[in-house]
Amino acid sequence: MNPINEVKLEFVSKSSNEAFARVVAAAFVSQIDPNIEELADVKTAVSEAVTNAIIHGYENKTGLVKMICKLYEDAVEISVIDEGKGIEDIEKARQPMFTSRPDMERSGMGFTVMENFMDRVEVVSEVGGVLP
Amino acid sequence: MNIRLTNRGNTLVAVLNGELDHHTAEYIRQKLDAEMLKSTTKNMVLDFSKVTFMDSSGIGVIMGRYKNIQKLNGKMSLAGVNEQIKRIFEMSGLFKVMPAYDSIDEAINKM
Repeated sequence: MNPINEVKLEFVSKSSNEAFARVVAAAFVSQIDPNIEELADVKTAVSEAVTNAIIHGYENKTGLVKMICKLYEDAVEISVIDEGKGIEDIEKARQPMFTSRPDMERSGMGFTVMENFMDRVEVVSEVGGVLP
Repeated sequence: MNIRLTNRGNTLVAVLNGELDHHTAEYIRQKLDAEMLKSTTKNMVLDFSKVTFMDSSGIGVIMGRYKNIQKLNGKMSLAGVNEQIKRIFEMSGLFKVMPAYDSIDEAINKM
């Protein structure tokens, strides 16, 4: 199935862009008339993914985060991509309460929130650089 | 995001206003820790009624403060949590360690 609309966005891995990215995603998704709760779900999931890219992917160093949003008649697909260090053990990273950065007071709930707020979450990673 | 701090008895009441994410979490953390250091309060109420967005970064901020307050033998509670934020708190098991009330007054009365 081909998307009815698509947007690509690239931004520097600054934490101030977390709000920017989730607002862009929400504004774009609004085209298929989601309810307020669905919009909040998308915003939260995007915020988690972008935060992961900035904190863990680039470890707060400067890099580019790419976001691709695809709209279908009754669905939305959002990809958040970084080219940072990669995730060594995806299964472990997805476990609730697991965090590689307890020193930063990270809760380890990012993937759990994404999984609860979206219907499906796919994680693809390679250490030393993400897959295309 | 901004924060308004007031002391009520030995309880610090913090009203958060705006969006709580990784970007704003550091500021909130610093404000709360600085206030706890300079005052003699040992309890904390965090009011979320004006929080328009929160992701899991909020959990980190709350749990970090909770650990500090435990060391003071203090108590911590939440007020004015909306449905979206409540879901994130439930997912992370936060309500197992601190209660949430409808209003600041109720939170203080039950402290």
